[in-house]
Amino acid sequence: MTTFRRRTVLQGMGVSALATALAGLPVFAQDRTAIRIGYAVPKTGANAAGAGISTTPNYLLWVDDVNKAGGLELSKLGVTLPLEVVEYDDRSSSEELVRAVERLATQDNADFILPSWGTGPNLASGPTFDRFGYPQLGATAVTDMAPDLAKRWKHSFWLLGGGHDYANALVQLLVKQREAGTINNKVAIASVADGFGIDLSKAATPAFTEAGFELVYDKTYPLGTSDFAPIINEVSGLGVDTFVAFSYPPDTFALTQQSVVANFSPKVFYLGVGTAFPIYPGIAGPNHDGVMGVGGIDPDSEKLAAYFERHTALNGQAPDSWASAITYASLEMLQQAIVRVGDLDREAITAELSSGEFDTVIGKVKLVDNQLRALWTVGQWQGGKFVGLAHTERDGSRDPVVPKPAWVPAA
Amino acid sequence: MMKLALALIALVALAFVPAFAGPYPLGLGIGILGYGVLATAWAMFSGPTRYISLATVAFFGLGAYTVAVLADVLPYPLVLVVAALVGLIVALIVGLATLRLAGIYFVIFTFGLTELVRQLVTYYEVNVTRTLGRYVFLPLEPEHIYWQLLALLAATLAIAFWVRRSRIGLALRVIGDDPVVASHLGVRITRTKLTLFSISCVIMTLAGAIQAPRWTYIEPSIVFNPTTSFLVVIMALLGGPNRLFGPLLGAVPLFLLFEWLSANFPNHYSIILGLLFIAIVFVLPNGVLAAGDSLWSRLTRKAVQS
Repeated sequence: MTTFRRRTVLQGMGVSALATALAGLPVFAQDRTAIRIGYAVPKTGANAAGAGISTTPNYLLWVDDVNKAGGLELSKLGVTLPLEVVEYDDRSSSEELVRAVERLATQDNADFILPSWGTGPNLASGPTFDRFGYPQLGATAVTDMAPDLAKRWKHSFWLLGGGHDYANALVQLLVKQREAGTINNKVAIASVADGFGIDLSKAATPAFTEAGFELVYDKTYPLGTSDFAPIINEVSGLGVDTFVAFSYPPDTFALTQQSVVANFSPKVFYLGVGTAFPIYPGIAGPNHDGVMGVGGIDPDSEKLAAYFERHTALNGQAPDSWASAITYASLEMLQQAIVRVGDLDREAITAELSSGEFDTVIGKVKLVDNQLRALWTVGQWQGGKFVGLAHTERDGSRDPVVPKPAWVPAA
Repeated sequence: MMKLALALIALVALAFVPAFAGPYPLGLGIGILGYGVLATAWAMFSGPTRYISLATVAFFGLGAYTVAVLADVLPYPLVLVVAALVGLIVALIVGLATLRLAGIYFVIFTFGLTELVRQLVTYYEVNVTRTLGRYVFLPLEPEHIYWQLLALLAATLAIAFWVRRSRIGLALRVIGDDPVVASHLGVRITRTKLTLFSISCVIMTLAGAIQAPRWTYIEPSIVFNPTTSFLVVIMALLGGPNRLFGPLLGAVPLFLLFEWLSANFPNHYSIILGLLFIAIVFVLPNGVLAAGDSLWSRLTRKAVQS
């Protein structure tokens, strides 16, 4: 009985191994009818909300834009082909994502693979993209390791900077305000005890101290905190003109509401991820005006305004003012690189992405060592737009409004 | 001898899979082996004692974290040894404190343990090292991970086989059937449970440690994902937690099914998964192997009667 059972098991394993091996054989498509774009994005799980704002709507928009324009011209092949999409849910799991990318590369024979959302997933899939020779456009990964990663994985591109970029830009901006006499020397920082919060506070704490600011409050709060009354109550008694929170979207919204309730209205009110979301003015009401945060856009760009309109028309929501436009710009870069190369040679396209100059919704883009260094780092809600105040390359096109308008008490 | 030879042949055959399998089948193989190890290790303790543990991912994550912390400092084999030791120490502490709990209290405790370990790791990283998210850059290709997992699975099955034959396995079954009887028979209940719990946890820790290099980047939310614990339980239950190959036989089809579902129904995966869990618990409470046996015996009995 036992023998029989074990043999069955082994036979079963043999059959399934054979089946998977056979399934691994590539399918040769002689007559191309489309360029196949594959992506695995989190549709469920912890990352679904972020991907649903910055990543997936831009993938949909780009495919729609290209296909409405008739597709991409591949001059060397003498055809113009539309895009077709293969999409998966990585369920916010790195393991699922790695396997989904392997599946896209070897089973679905995707011509190009677009990355998932967030720092962790982009790092987790980096080796896989590189192994199969697919360009990886990391438009939602914030990592100070970007220079090393770009060297390690030749096909990877890092487009959203590192924690130091954002922290240093904020400190420089505040130094100017202090010199102008608009704010005092005291700063309070609250950070979420998770990747983004820790990365930024690790960079910001020494930067503030070196710039001569007095950090009267510098603490973390656990991921998933919903009651911010203790933090706001403690901070509001410390006499700070500057409140900085390296927060996640739910916290960003709750901190705003709690500060209004407690009537804690510092001159500079800076929040983390979520401030640049299109829903922020809806949540904060009239109080969104003057709030600062991560990211920003050029409010005078016509191309960007047109992009906002197309995005809203297709997805029913406006893009966020941080990673969305960069994600879309990364797709425009891919599109232009494909057309310039004229066929689907991924090595040549990767080289073009690395060295070429591209005309995108965020302006002219030329990567430096496979990284986008022209970034908006600090933004502020001004007149219904989340305008960029500080930029890693060019001067801020708008001056910060400090002090921000006082809170309008909740009705 | 025959059985042993067959098992060895199967092992050798599986070891050659990376030579001809493409990257995607190899990825599937890694997933199947990973869950096969976890489910077999889980059933080693939870099968006979009927203590449903939801702490699988706590140990799995500890293993992954150990690799992330030590990969740059120690040679890789030594890192695995340290990971096993970490798993052993935590298992002993947890086991001593909780194996006197029974039934639902144990389930809840183990679920809480995962969250506790995750929060402790987070607290340490946030307040002491000031880095959340660690990078693992080891020169390990998928096939290396596959081979290590295969070796771990072979070792796990060998241990499970030995446990079933030995006095400690018998003692554990008696405890599972009736702890009062067991103690009257002179079985040292806590010690027996603790031994098996520790072995099982060390294997889970190693499974996490071996798979860590595949992710490159490790965060508490990535490696302490409670879904893993639930999947392992459901795989072991499907196959039958009281049989040597039961958990493995649950892990292989379920893993392939999950993969097929997520490839073909990416938008309905979670709904189908939930229905499937309910179906397994209702229709096959003792696993497919047991259900197959009872069906077989019913058929043969009918044949004798007629």
